[in-house]
Amino acid sequence: MEQQLVNSAKTQVTRPSTKWQRAKKVIKKDWQLYSLLVLPIIYFLIFKYGPMFGNIIAFRRFVPGGSIIGEEWVGLYYFKMLLQDPSFFLVLKNTLMLAVLLLVVTFPAPIIFALLLNEVKNRGFKRFVQTVSYLPHFFSMVVVAGIVLELVAVNGPINNIVEFFTGNRYPFIQMPEWFRTIFLSSELWQTTGWGAILYLAALTGINDELYEAAKIDGANRWKQTLHITIPGILPTIVVLFILNIGNFLQVGFEKVLLLYNPLTYETADVISTYVYRIGIQSASFSYGTAIGLFESIIGLILVFGANFMSRKITDNSLW
Amino acid sequence: MKESFRYKVFKVINVIILLAIVYVTLFPFLNIVAQSFSSEQHITAGNVSLIPKGFNVETYKVIMSDSMFWLNYKNTVVYTVVGTAISLVLSTMMAYPLAKKRLKGRNFWLMFVVFTMFFNGGIIPNYVLVNSLGFGNTIWAIVIPTAISVFNLLIMKTFFENIPDELEEAAIMDGSNTYGILWKIVLPLSKPILATMLLFYAVTHWNSWFPAFLYFSEKELFPVSIYLRNLIKGAEGSLSSGATSADNLTQIAANIKSVTMVLTVLPIVCVYPYIQKYFVSGVMLGSVKG
Repeated sequence: MEQQLVNSAKTQVTRPSTKWQRAKKVIKKDWQLYSLLVLPIIYFLIFKYGPMFGNIIAFRRFVPGGSIIGEEWVGLYYFKMLLQDPSFFLVLKNTLMLAVLLLVVTFPAPIIFALLLNEVKNRGFKRFVQTVSYLPHFFSMVVVAGIVLELVAVNGPINNIVEFFTGNRYPFIQMPEWFRTIFLSSELWQTTGWGAILYLAALTGINDELYEAAKIDGANRWKQTLHITIPGILPTIVVLFILNIGNFLQVGFEKVLLLYNPLTYETADVISTYVYRIGIQSASFSYGTAIGLFESIIGLILVFGANFMSRKITDNSLW
Repeated sequence: MKESFRYKVFKVINVIILLAIVYVTLFPFLNIVAQSFSSEQHITAGNVSLIPKGFNVETYKVIMSDSMFWLNYKNTVVYTVVGTAISLVLSTMMAYPLAKKRLKGRNFWLMFVVFTMFFNGGIIPNYVLVNSLGFGNTIWAIVIPTAISVFNLLIMKTFFENIPDELEEAAIMDGSNTYGILWKIVLPLSKPILATMLLFYAVTHWNSWFPAFLYFSEKELFPVSIYLRNLIKGAEGSLSSGATSADNLTQIAANIKSVTMVLTVLPIVCVYPYIQKYFVSGVMLGSVKG
């Protein structure tokens, strides 16, 4: 009799342990752990996923002061508008130009900087160079823009040099043909040192024995760099490259906004600044959202594409 | 031996290159500092580089006596303190559970978070959302929507993962619950990462300008970065745009921007030497394990 009771109790315990039941048990045991997650998840739902859902106004007519998700469906109306908008193709061209230049110039720079720094054996000097190189990363974009404007001002230090060689002074910030140079230089100035941190971390992770072995094999410092150092930091390079590709089209929105002016729109205006002007300054919310959505989707495709390619080619990938 | 000679030559060139980088990095900043102490004639003549010419602190006095500057400066401090506190609390609340392998649905929540790194709603839906929540012209518009940085969250998560489980198990034996463990065991052990995150978030909030630019229309609410932005933008086009509250400032417009810039970055430059090593170790903590 007693044995029977135990048996039935046993089956009662084991039978309902479906996946859901087990999950419930875990949650019950660890409810405090889950309770910590509630507020952050609500935050993500509202402030990260909410605006994603808000993109619906690209397909609906939005009236300021009206419903947050727009008034009526208009289908692809705003996307057709986009294809007929000559300004859009200009900003698309500018964005791609700037993005490619940024990738070519500012992506390798921290790698080269980290490699050069890695050859310095004097710790004090190394730390000094590092400390200085990070500094611009901590400046507000407004300050960076201010510094750039002062540097390229007609009576600024760069024009002093230009005048020495050419005898003329130029209002560089108002010249469309100089915008990309100014933008790239300031990006380089601001991001190179900080960008090198992760590479330096990866460099310290490379096994010293590999270098010893290479030395015995007669490899000089350059060969060692080529065959040990660079492969050693390749995974880091790949990860950062994929992350970079994701923001490919968002080329320094804040900085462009601070540095450009109507005179330089023809080279400086990029998708995100155009979205800002169209969407917020001119209050064409739906059209601006359509352009922004276009930009985000291209970015997403690029990330997945880059990740896929790198998994195929190098075996390294973000996921 | 030939090899080592070539390497020695390289090392000398390398030091020269690095010193050149140091110079180029510091010059723009030091130039602004020099300008801020210079007289207007020397700046417009363009002969201030690293040493102030016609030393004067008049502009500092003028800026510091501008009540709007002080109000905006104070706003920045308030936004930074409140914003950093919210960011730190929310990030910890999320990073700690996500660091626990036993958490059901952990991978889902990680994907849920990481996806937002690659895809975002875009500026206009954000703008519509924030305004429809009634955050316009309130501190919440700038401290809430950007409260959690996914990058920082992942660094924190990695750090928490490396705390040995045995310590927590011992605390469970002693009858602690999850909150107790987090508060009494994990957080005290996490001081380095908490310091790093504190600094990361504080610098971000200190430097932030765009949300305020977007959502604030009242001058009294501006952070100092907007004060500076208006100076820069105003002075660049026409001086009459009335960007500053003090009308007597226009005659010394040449170095007023540099003075404001110096005052805006001053707190960061002051703490920078002390915090720099935390930043670096913080990023490394998070990155080495991926």
